[in-house]
Amino acid sequence: MLLSMKDINKSFSGVSVLRDASLEVAPGEVMALIGQNGAGKSTMIKILTGAYRKDSGSIQFDGTQVDFSAPAGAQAAGIATVYQELNLAPHRTVAENIFLSREPRRWGLLDRRRMRAEASRVLARFKLELDVDRPLEDFSAATRQMVAIARGVTQNARLVIMDEPTSSLDEREVGVLFDTIRTLKADGVSTLFVSHRLSELYAVCDRVTIMRDGRTIGQHPMSEISRVELVRSMLGRELTAFATRAKDEARGSDLPVFLHAEDLHAGTRVRGVSLQVRRGEIAGLAGLLGAGRTETARLIFGADPRDGGRVAVEGRETSYREPVDAIRDGIGLVSEDRKVEGIVPELSVRENMTLAILPKLRVGGVVDRTRERAIVDRFIKALGVKCSSPEQPIRELSGGNQQKVLLARWLCTDPNLLIVDEPTRGIDVGAKAEILKLLRELADDGLSVLMISSELEELMAAADHVTVLSDGQSVAVLAADELSEERLMTEMAHQNEIGSEGARAA
Amino acid sequence: MSALDTAPSSTNGGPVERRLNARQATLRFLGRYGTLLVFASLLLFNVVFTPNFVAWNTLTLNLTQVATVVIVAMGMTLVIATGGIDLSVGSVMAIAGALAPLIFLDRIVPIPSHTLGVALALTLPLLAAALCGWFNGFLITRYRIQPIVATLVLFIAGRGIAQTFTNSELQTFNEPSFQFIGKGFVWGVPVQVILMALVVLATHYLVRRTALGRQILAVGGNEKAARLSGIDAAGVKRLIYVISGVLAGIAGMVVVAINNASDAARVGTLMELDAIAAVAVGGTLLSGGRANVLGTVLGAFVLQLVRTTLLANGVPDAAALVVKAALIIAAVWLQSRAERI
Repeated sequence: MLLSMKDINKSFSGVSVLRDASLEVAPGEVMALIGQNGAGKSTMIKILTGAYRKDSGSIQFDGTQVDFSAPAGAQAAGIATVYQELNLAPHRTVAENIFLSREPRRWGLLDRRRMRAEASRVLARFKLELDVDRPLEDFSAATRQMVAIARGVTQNARLVIMDEPTSSLDEREVGVLFDTIRTLKADGVSTLFVSHRLSELYAVCDRVTIMRDGRTIGQHPMSEISRVELVRSMLGRELTAFATRAKDEARGSDLPVFLHAEDLHAGTRVRGVSLQVRRGEIAGLAGLLGAGRTETARLIFGADPRDGGRVAVEGRETSYREPVDAIRDGIGLVSEDRKVEGIVPELSVRENMTLAILPKLRVGGVVDRTRERAIVDRFIKALGVKCSSPEQPIRELSGGNQQKVLLARWLCTDPNLLIVDEPTRGIDVGAKAEILKLLRELADDGLSVLMISSELEELMAAADHVTVLSDGQSVAVLAADELSEERLMTEMAHQNEIGSEGARAA
Repeated sequence: MSALDTAPSSTNGGPVERRLNARQATLRFLGRYGTLLVFASLLLFNVVFTPNFVAWNTLTLNLTQVATVVIVAMGMTLVIATGGIDLSVGSVMAIAGALAPLIFLDRIVPIPSHTLGVALALTLPLLAAALCGWFNGFLITRYRIQPIVATLVLFIAGRGIAQTFTNSELQTFNEPSFQFIGKGFVWGVPVQVILMALVVLATHYLVRRTALGRQILAVGGNEKAARLSGIDAAGVKRLIYVISGVLAGIAGMVVVAINNASDAARVGTLMELDAIAAVAVGGTLLSGGRANVLGTVLGAFVLQLVRTTLLANGVPDAAALVVKAALIIAAVWLQSRAERI
């Protein structure tokens, strides 16, 4: 074994978070590590990389007992970590980021020429051709992620830990990443792969370690465990969620159109998008990363200016200049990136929840606390938000609970249309199912939902119809009975030949 | 929240009730009550060692000295809560302080009625101060200039403007009805102390109870999220800089009233630093998203008390500055440690 963690225990101020947990990775193996939020995966990884110290247990890496006291030690020993939230310097160039803190030097000065050459060489291994002298911030989120991974693998690592590496990558880039993992594997480098997307595990991993409640529940070769078993052992119960929809009911043409967008244009990212959402339906919006999904949502919501096209709400043409204009028409947007555009971390659950309804809670400029409290209590209960009290800072909540608070932020305004951008990203399987179920119930009650998602299963399970974007244009509208993984991928790859070839090798 | 970021929490994303060990608990306690502790110990020290400390005079003297700092620091707390900073407050004080005597001394235009002159002298400078604040906010929101740079403009130019008004001359005057704001008493309490109390109460109420207060914290905590929730982030910021300007204007006029004279070169010098120091010592994060109004008041009191203590015990004012700096470092260090628990 390259890595063998045994009987690891860890508690924080008396609360036990790891109980005799174990983890093994063989040389050249791709090991998946899965579990719900709070299962202990993160603590396990942090102990391995020296961010936390274990209370007891043993860690053997590459034949020797180790106990890293700081991430630098783990790095030096050959453990590279690619974090989900990138710890890169956006203003520095690509090359500088790849070699951050390990810059090649000549006579004590930066050897820029070598740095550039090596950076290009490393990126070429990922089939990426970038101008390595441009600042990182010039590139898309996906490219930045690839640079982070490139940085990780240039550290001559024996083990690369990837935490949700694919969460901001499109299908093609996921394919490239998987190729990279396979290249690493061929070189004898192991990968520890953390992901919430099950299909990815089957595509690239050799074995899977499942954690639940601080314990290691099982370790199986991927080929010997079915998805259902995987999910079941992760949750410790049967998952019934995705099956709760009532898609068969005749839904559609008889319902009045709530939102109609036609031929939207904005910059280079949106170049002719048309879509419509009827009252009480969930309309899906699919497309590869960079297809213009988020941008389209922001145009409709008035968050970005549009260059052309028209948006009509209940037949009335609109020209929103700021989100507040759209909000007045009963539109809400739950954005893709909870941390960057969703939560206000320092504020409490209560304050976060009532942010959008604030104008209606205002009596002579003062917040009506009684009504506020009533609303907050009602939605915490209705959505099953797990928090110690409404006054708990939202940053302390898990991703799934934060997302519920953000949904409640809009639901309490009693909206007509809710735009949800990747509503289940970075959320554990249980909460995911709950949120999809909630959206379905709300739609049944008459709420219109425009749902952007990269997860095809999710769209197929939840949407009444799906508009597919490709390269900034709407290329197809698929009705519920036409939805299939095949069909969606074909449409997404439309006019975008590279899109199809790297699709998940599942 | 990333998987790796997930706090050591209970299972299944349940409520995070964290118990802290002794060291963490101490840090958190100090982060929360450290300033209060320092304040209490300073008081105690003075009561025991400083002669004549327990006296009505000492109290009013200290309160009058700290009043202007507190008034300015209230605006600064709001500005910092939005994630900004206002370096121009000292210069705005100079502008308001220079304008007021010019008005009632009829140096700008002859004003027929004396009462009207004083009334205008009490209001027009505030309008000018508001204008300065609006200009700061305009630069910051319209041209997206960083607050520290945008307010540096008036920090530099403002004092110049004030000196131009007065031809760089000392304006002395004797105008009891105007000087009331700096020298008057109501029921034995100095007027500027009452002003200070009113400003503090209003600011506290604003932050705690009003929708605007919530919006300030949201804008400072996450501007993008605030905008997407329908908050006019730019408008909130402009308003806050106007408020900061007006409060600086009030402080400027109080200072001039106390001195019977306005010296545009000196009114409000270093006030921006005193105000920022009060905010920092008071426990408001300089990165925005929080506003600890009463903390700022306490911070200003501590800094004032340090000065009094050292002066009363024969330590020169210059040395007090070093102690002040040490306090600021200690406060910021404590906050950053307490933050990471």
